Amino acid sequence: MVRSPKCECAPVSMLNVDNLSVWFGNGRDRVDAVRNASFNVNRGASFGLVGESGSGKSTILRAVMGLTPNWSGAISVDTKPVDKTRQKSFYKVVQMVFQDPYASLHPRHSVDQVLGETLYLHGFRDIDARVVKLLDDVGLGGKFRFRYPHQLSGGQRQRVAIARALAPKPSILLLDEPTSALDVSVQAEILNLLTDLRTEHGLTYIMVSHDLSVVGHMCEQLAVMKDGEIVEIMEVETLRKAQASHPYSQELLAASI
Amino acid sequence: MTLLDVENLWVKFPSRQGVFDAVRGVSFTLGRERLGIVGESGSGKSMTGRAILRLIRPPGIVTADQISLEGDDLMLKSERQMRDVRGQRISMVMQDPKFSLNPVMTIGQQIIEAYRLHNKARKSEAYAKSLEMLEAVSIRDPERVMRAYPHEMSGGMGQRIMIAMMLIPNPEILIADEPTSALDVSVQRQVLSIIDKLVTDRGMGLIFISHDLNLVADFCDRVLIMYSGRIVEVCDADKLHDAQHPYTRGLLNSLPRLDAPCDKLQVLSRDPAWSEAPSVSARL
Repeated sequence: MVRSPKCECAPVSMLNVDNLSVWFGNGRDRVDAVRNASFNVNRGASFGLVGESGSGKSTILRAVMGLTPNWSGAISVDTKPVDKTRQKSFYKVVQMVFQDPYASLHPRHSVDQVLGETLYLHGFRDIDARVVKLLDDVGLGGKFRFRYPHQLSGGQRQRVAIARALAPKPSILLLDEPTSALDVSVQAEILNLLTDLRTEHGLTYIMVSHDLSVVGHMCEQLAVMKDGEIVEIMEVETLRKAQASHPYSQELLAASI
Repeated sequence: MTLLDVENLWVKFPSRQGVFDAVRGVSFTLGRERLGIVGESGSGKSMTGRAILRLIRPPGIVTADQISLEGDDLMLKSERQMRDVRGQRISMVMQDPKFSLNPVMTIGQQIIEAYRLHNKARKSEAYAKSLEMLEAVSIRDPERVMRAYPHEMSGGMGQRIMIAMMLIPNPEILIADEPTSALDVSVQRQVLSIIDKLVTDRGMGLIFISHDLNLVADFCDRVLIMYSGRIVEVCDADKLHDAQHPYTRGLLNSLPRLDAPCDKLQVLSRDPAWSEAPSVSARL
């Protein structure tokens, strides 16, 4: 297990979610996607969210990012509570990588445009040097700079998406099933890249996955979700020993071994 | 007993950069067993499945010494004769039920159509048969499902409906092309056990195409491992974890494991010689 290099000092809360509820629709059509979820992630830690589809794990990430209009509860990033409407400075701290690399990149923007625009919007002016640096960081190198998404493989696209998320130099990366659209061999490459980036940049990860072994590899702590509620928060060690206490987590564990 | 015998199957696509070989000289036989085909995306596993049903359209080219279904060479059949094979003798379940069910027909209409296309039967008889089939794939209230449209179904239910529809003409061979990869882990097992039960009960042959090595090791009897259009290794499914070929080993080692934590996952290093080596025959 990779421990964060900054773990020696007292743990500082990087992301704290308290009593978060998210719902869609009104009145009769109201769907409660997340109900009273609370968890805390320390600086430099890696936290997993697992559960079946529709259990609300991605919705939590979207709520943190400010992509869902209706939510209640409290979210604080780096011990500062976030406002209902996110400030630009928020996105310098928190960034997200989406599930499907085929859908998250603009098909008519080259890698250079994708990264350049992100850097420009975040107020950087030495864009040229930074694009080169970002591509190096994610192991792509300069020859990919002027390619379009259709000229890249799935793994390469996901690397571009990670580079885009790293552009504003964030401290927290929200990873929404970053490898579920990829082959196992490519999955290994991307997971290794994420591990390296975490040690290099001291990042905090919140990772959503339906694959318990991926979460077991990447995270130290995980929450199991069912029907919009967190049923159990446990250490990965407990997961490895198959000592989950909630019946649903046991069921999930049995299905993935 | 051999149901299907495929010998030296090639699938080619002409392109501006010359002919691209998607499947290169694949040979295998299928008895009344569960045969798994695994490989990464682009290794030609789905193309193999489609080529057996002659579903590859021009400009794609399919050549084979033979694809014989109980002694009947499918390569020699006309398009019209192939229509009697598809569904009736060999049927196929595709990856995502969202794209393989007709969105503007009710589930009932679609299953009844599948049954009546291959059997001379009255509507009432076909209806009864469809209900029975939906029960066989553990759908709880089949009458309501018969009246429902595909968008009202969850992914797992949709896939079970596809299986019901594909098995209702009672084919001899079922080709399942990643039938569970669009589904949740918890639903996956359920769908697999349904496929398993039906295939065993009816004594069918199953070709199970998947990229998930552990799933195939659990579920199949024999496994073919494909790399860039060729079969690189054939082994018994329960011995998959002792596989010899460096490609298979690489794939197995790149999986994260709950029982064996490590700092870094092993990354597959590809040897160009793998794609040059001739295909291993899986004919018995």
